[in-house]
Amino acid sequence: MSAHDTPQQIQHDAAEGLEQILHRKEPLKPKERMAIPMQKMPTQDPQIRRDNMQEVAMGYFPEQAKLESMRCLQCKTAPCVKGCPVGIDIPGFLAAAAEGDFQRSIGIIKQSSLLPQVCGRVCPQETQCQEHCTVGKSLKDVNQAVSIGRVERYVADWEREHGVQAPSVKAPTGKRVAVVGSGPASITVAADVRREGHEVTMFEAFHKPGGVLLYGIPEFRLPKAIVQKEVESLQAMGVEIKTNFVIGRTRKLLDLMKKDGYDAIFIGTGAGLPKFMNIEGENLVGVFSANEYLTRSNLMRAYDRERADTPIFKSKKVAVLGGGNVAMDSARTAVRLGADEVHLVYRRTEVEMPARVEEVAHAKEEGVIFHILENAKRIQGNEYGLVTGMECVRYELGEPDASGRRRPVEIPNSEFMIEVDTVIVAIGNESNPLIRQTTPGLDVNKWGNITVNDDGKTSLPGVFAGGDIVLGAATVILAMGEGRRAAASINQMLSTN
Amino acid sequence: MHKIILKKQLSADVYMLKVYAPLIAEERSPGQFIILQLDSDFGERIPLTIADADTEQGTITLIFQVVGKTTTRLAALNEGDAIANLVGPLGKPTHIEKFGHVVCVGGGIGVAPLHPIVQGMKKAGNRLTVIMGARNKELLILEDEMRALADELILCTDDGSYGRKGLVTAPLKELCEQTPPPDLAVAIGPPIMMKFCAETTRPYHVHTVVSLNTIMVDGTGMCGGCRVTVGDETKFVCVDGPEFDGHLVDFDNMMQRLKSYKTQEQEAPHPCKLNQQIENMNR
Repeated sequence: MSAHDTPQQIQHDAAEGLEQILHRKEPLKPKERMAIPMQKMPTQDPQIRRDNMQEVAMGYFPEQAKLESMRCLQCKTAPCVKGCPVGIDIPGFLAAAAEGDFQRSIGIIKQSSLLPQVCGRVCPQETQCQEHCTVGKSLKDVNQAVSIGRVERYVADWEREHGVQAPSVKAPTGKRVAVVGSGPASITVAADVRREGHEVTMFEAFHKPGGVLLYGIPEFRLPKAIVQKEVESLQAMGVEIKTNFVIGRTRKLLDLMKKDGYDAIFIGTGAGLPKFMNIEGENLVGVFSANEYLTRSNLMRAYDRERADTPIFKSKKVAVLGGGNVAMDSARTAVRLGADEVHLVYRRTEVEMPARVEEVAHAKEEGVIFHILENAKRIQGNEYGLVTGMECVRYELGEPDASGRRRPVEIPNSEFMIEVDTVIVAIGNESNPLIRQTTPGLDVNKWGNITVNDDGKTSLPGVFAGGDIVLGAATVILAMGEGRRAAASINQMLSTN
Repeated sequence: MHKIILKKQLSADVYMLKVYAPLIAEERSPGQFIILQLDSDFGERIPLTIADADTEQGTITLIFQVVGKTTTRLAALNEGDAIANLVGPLGKPTHIEKFGHVVCVGGGIGVAPLHPIVQGMKKAGNRLTVIMGARNKELLILEDEMRALADELILCTDDGSYGRKGLVTAPLKELCEQTPPPDLAVAIGPPIMMKFCAETTRPYHVHTVVSLNTIMVDGTGMCGGCRVTVGDETKFVCVDGPEFDGHLVDFDNMMQRLKSYKTQEQEAPHPCKLNQQIENMNR
């Protein structure tokens, strides 16, 4: 584990570096741009942040945002843009940021993305825009690519601090659109549809809007105040939000049209049905889905044991199963809730982990113990039904499978026990059955995901869908991209009839 | 916000609230429940069954027992006060049809969720025997309502202060021994009661429906905290239930899961004494 760089040191280095460049008369040559050191993200000291819920990554200093943007070679072909699911003009916003024109920079991002504060924090940039970055390729390390996401976050935060202008809304059209769910896909649709002057009502099953941004992603990675701001800006545009409203139960989906007179519906309910391993002992006391564990901590604020009524399991030794962002979030939440040991068990290797590189690094810094090429086989309990241990088995990598990743193969007779009192299962979600079970005629695929055409249209007229309920479990930016497409399609439909 | 229209204390710890919730009143069916929360920031979400609904008034009836912090606070609310968050109706409705002779068994507060099911079964033309049990006379609720619906009403108290002295399983067994036995049994109450009702009917092959009230957070399938073992499968009470085949439910696992947080509060967990007592009585 490398020593923690203090924010003061990072700022000092950046200020010096920037000073040298600003003294130059002639513009930077590509080689000189590439020689600028990649700007590290200032973070809270791991020893301190283990005990708090505050954001780990503190965001760039202005000097860093400029320097990092100067690393961009402004490639004519802009390979980075091809890696962005919503096609942000990345060289454009970086050029503006390099000049220190943060207002123009965020303006460029917002032409294509609605949630830059969120995406700047949670996008897996190293497998999207940054994967294709020429700088990273030349330096033969994707982690040395221009930190596009960090600059995005900087300019988005800059805008929030300097006052966001509410997007203008066109004159009322008299058309009404129901948006089901309030996560990233739904927020995008609500904003894009409302802008065209249509009335928008958003329906959320929980008591607070924000979806996975609220219940899933922890405060230390995405402060809830940011989500709150995004929701408030929707309300400022005139979007009505109805919480405690389960479509399929409180109201059937099609009744929104038949009884309530909505002209179009967007379904963005996400992928809320946790998968389990289907192994012995999975219903013992102390085994949780990551959804439950994180919802208790995040939405229900169980981490605040003094004030919250919702309890959360007190654990000494925790095993988290999975290698994605949700697994990292669960492991790091368990650390913060006071577990002595947190083990992360993943059956492939770190290279195949779907989690963001930064989250993996942060988890390790916080003391999460990684077990790669291992998997849970059985969970053991005592006479009270409490978890006492987990039997694991070792794996090795075999031939590549359909996903191109090498298939993990169980090593015979390699079983061993680890002593744990808590197991958190973070191996993904299936599609929630509530809407499909109560909406005849809504086509779904064999996994229960709603099928849509290229315009986000479902099999039912006037009903659109997007985000994880269509994609299966994916990312915020993909959900947002889907939302954009569906919103365009809804606006198109409403303008022609 | 959902305004409390009427409040009534049914027994020492049991309260009835009529709450304004027109959409839920319109959509709900027997067997379904709601989740409520009194404070959006730090309150917990608790599931409560819907005991009745009035679509004209736009109200639903909730009956609950004071057992924890939220129910204590709920019991302190008065007519005119409002409940901040109320969501529903959740869960799958009861499967109601004309089965013939239906025995409905309600224990303690379980009589509340049983009430709309009895109403539905009656409407469908079933002959109804209702067995109601409680620790003592004081804790029996909805007696008049059930008397009005049931073809036969059997009351049991543990202490013999009213009706038959003893557990609800005794009259249930007698009914199962009749020829023909009942076509269906529905048992709702404490898990231990449901477990022993299911054990009582099992030898007679009387299909027995139980309604489970487990730990839940969202109530829409998202968290999986409510999962129970039914046969060889894991089911979610919120979206697959709350009603299941009582002969297939792993009640022991369910009871352990219900105590997930209670056992942690105590220093050392101990096996349920009541469980032991009832097992002894059944020997």
